[in-house]
Amino acid sequence: MPDAGYLIAAVALAAGITFALRALPFAVIEPLRASPLAAVLAARMPAGLLLILVVYLLRDTPAKAPPAAAATVVAVVLVAALHRWRANALLSVVSGTALYVVATNTVVH
Amino acid sequence: MDWRTSIPRLSGDVRAALADTLPVGAGMVPLGVAFGILVTQAGLAWWWTPVISGLVFAGSLEFLLLSLMIAAAPLATIALTTLLVNSRHVFYCLTFPLQQVPGRFGRLYARFALTDEAYALTTTPAAQGFSSRRILAMQVSMHGYWVAGGIIGALLGSVVPTLAGLDFALVGLFVVLAVDACRSGRDLAGGLLAVLSAVTAGLVAPGEMLLLAMSLFVALLALSTRLRAAAPRLRPVRA
Repeated sequence: MPDAGYLIAAVALAAGITFALRALPFAVIEPLRASPLAAVLAARMPAGLLLILVVYLLRDTPAKAPPAAAATVVAVVLVAALHRWRANALLSVVSGTALYVVATNTVVH
Repeated sequence: MDWRTSIPRLSGDVRAALADTLPVGAGMVPLGVAFGILVTQAGLAWWWTPVISGLVFAGSLEFLLLSLMIAAAPLATIALTTLLVNSRHVFYCLTFPLQQVPGRFGRLYARFALTDEAYALTTTPAAQGFSSRRILAMQVSMHGYWVAGGIIGALLGSVVPTLAGLDFALVGLFVVLAVDACRSGRDLAGGLLAVLSAVTAGLVAPGEMLLLAMSLFVALLALSTRLRAAAPRLRPVRA
């Protein structure tokens, strides 16, 4: 196991850089916020960035065994459909997760 | 001040914040538990979990960081990995309602805790009008879920059997937030550009997929916005 000094330096570096990436853009962006392009980007970006995060989280699905991949696809479709219908975040997430947990621990095994 | 008079005022915003973050917590706690288990399995003392999760507070990076630390990777590698994995956060300042948060400490904390989840939960138009207390309470509660999950995993991971598949909650959460964002935006072209960017990035550079996909998407979006502005008769720009 590496020594404590190395571990502390590693955590401090990761924390410092992460903070800088989150904090510094505000200083750069603040003056640009009034620009029409920034306004349109701010309106159109969230849906796209969230879709990208979803694709990223599901990136390993095609490589999984067919039953496991099917469980993921069915659970995702359930969450999306349920949320379009009822628009209740907790209900959608809990239902999808429950289905996925049951499938993973029973059918897929 | 009598605490009984301050509680009802407090609870409105804080309760709303807790309701907002409850689905996130359902995803973050099991993921935090998994992280805590890995930390102790790596041979680190349990308290490294709250130190890492509390100070870095960036889920996917922390898993990578841990594997780099165990391998005693050069600090330069750790710095570069952090920079690449977390670069996507630079886009979040466009919609995060920092203008609602007054006070130096609050603004500092709001920036520090601007995670994927904090960004996602504040993309709705309504979030632009959230009170400072509600925004900070959302961020503090998510920080709490993540650190608490980690401590549970680090201390009890070897004792308590864990249920496989609970981490799907995080996928479910982002699907829910994407459905919400699509509903308010109704931007089919934007959605297609996003999926195209994600798939392209996944094929070209799977290791740096998130950063590449988001950069590509923002560039394409800026381009398509410019093109629409140049030909306004084709389709009005929604702002």
